[in-house]
Amino acid sequence: MIEFKDIGLVYPNGTEGLKNINVTINDGEFVVMVGLSGAGKSTFIRSINRLVTPTSGSLLIDDEDILSYRGSDLRKLRTKIGMIFQNYNLVKRSNVLKNVLAGRLGHTGTFRSIFNLYKKEDVGLAYESLKRVNIDEKLYNRADELSGGQQQRVSIARVLTQKPKYILADEPVASLDPPTSHQVMTYLKKINKEDNITTIVNLHFIDMAMEYADRIIGMRAGEVVFDGPVSEVSEKTFEEIYGRTIREDDLRGGANES
Amino acid sequence: MTKQSNSLSQGTTPPIFPVKTKIQVTVIFFVVIGVYLFSMFWTQQQMVGGFGNAIGNMVVVIEKFFPPNLSILPAIWDPMAQTIQMAIIATTVAAVLTVPLALLSAQNITTFKPLYYFTRTLLNILRTIPDLVLAVVFVGLFGIGLFPGIIALIIFSLGILAKLISETIEAVDMNPLEAMRASGGNILQVIFYGLVPQVLPQFTSFVLYVFEINIRASVVLGLVGAGGIGLVLDQQLGFYNYPNAMAIIVLIFVVVLVIEYISNKLREALI
Repeated sequence: MIEFKDIGLVYPNGTEGLKNINVTINDGEFVVMVGLSGAGKSTFIRSINRLVTPTSGSLLIDDEDILSYRGSDLRKLRTKIGMIFQNYNLVKRSNVLKNVLAGRLGHTGTFRSIFNLYKKEDVGLAYESLKRVNIDEKLYNRADELSGGQQQRVSIARVLTQKPKYILADEPVASLDPPTSHQVMTYLKKINKEDNITTIVNLHFIDMAMEYADRIIGMRAGEVVFDGPVSEVSEKTFEEIYGRTIREDDLRGGANES
Repeated sequence: MTKQSNSLSQGTTPPIFPVKTKIQVTVIFFVVIGVYLFSMFWTQQQMVGGFGNAIGNMVVVIEKFFPPNLSILPAIWDPMAQTIQMAIIATTVAAVLTVPLALLSAQNITTFKPLYYFTRTLLNILRTIPDLVLAVVFVGLFGIGLFPGIIALIIFSLGILAKLISETIEAVDMNPLEAMRASGGNILQVIFYGLVPQVLPQFTSFVLYVFEINIRASVVLGLVGAGGIGLVLDQQLGFYNYPNAMAIIVLIFVVVLVIEYISNKLREALI
């Protein structure tokens, strides 16, 4: 369970990233954060694994305040939170298997990981994860030889190898075309259901948010302006979140093609 | 904005560069020309005889050097090998020592500012000392031989390598490093998984490049007593034994060419 209690975040340059956030995310939920760019979605997500640190309030994960974590506590926290990025963030010159094994770094000793002495079950797990996202035949390809959608699947496999309790996805489909976007979202949803991993996804396409989310949290200018199950959401809700009428480019489309 | 550009296009066409930039560039151009003329004037004053004598001297000197006495080749092969060994040892040690120094002087890895500035300054100071001066100092400290030459070469190549590699590190894609950090890797793991694969090709290429420089530098270092073929060359020149010196120069030339060819081929294969 993730609990934001009166969380605020002011960046060193004075910009307010988050204002007075009070949100509780329950285990197993598939939450989609929506909002325009700059609304604070990324800051919200990155607070959870402390890639950014909120400056006020308290953030509880499994009933522990993580804002005071440093060093090994912080690394331990991060091992149970997997993250997927817009730009996949793979090491382009390394092969797919090595990229996926990087998900085990937090569980592996420094010496073992530097000399590639992974435990057999870790390598097995990495291969298993690649199979789950149907990219196991690219095992030894270099990451930069893959297409965008394939790279994002590899990064999902990396997260799976981590065996996390939570998955954070920061605009996972923003660099992909519509059919591939739906494929990636389908995998995320499937993993959420099968492994019961709490998943929080940032999206700015409203049709995709509606299709995959259990619950939608809308943000504008650092504040949560909507929080509710998908059934309560209508086009009007999005107009409120975005503070303007809905346009063509707020939709990803292509749901039928995939 | 739009109004301004409209009024411009209605009148005359705008110049490609703003007037202010044009004036600046013109002024800089004439200042540079001035500096050239001034320094030409002063160096001309020093060269009293001009080129006339030099060409005459050149013929006399070159005649003395020919034909090279190639019969000494077996005898000078040992010091030549010493020179190459010096360069190999120095480059290897420098390549190992470079790793921590380059990491500490890369802004994106060493986020602790004082430490970064400290290593940067240290490396800058290191680079200002010419290799010849280093060799003279170490020959004074340890006496004539290979050891002072090796130490001088290590410090000399450390300055170049650490600078080149820290700049490569600063140019890497930081995204994978963020992903490793987000999955709970510690700093060493992040470096080995996210950074090393990205800089390894350039690292190897730079090390080979510095090795080439070291071969040539170690010849020169021999001249001040730091061992190797340079020492022998200096002795032969001291005895005015020009045919022997020429044989040594030919040997150095051939060896340097061969080594550069090999390392060029290796570099091409890497990148």
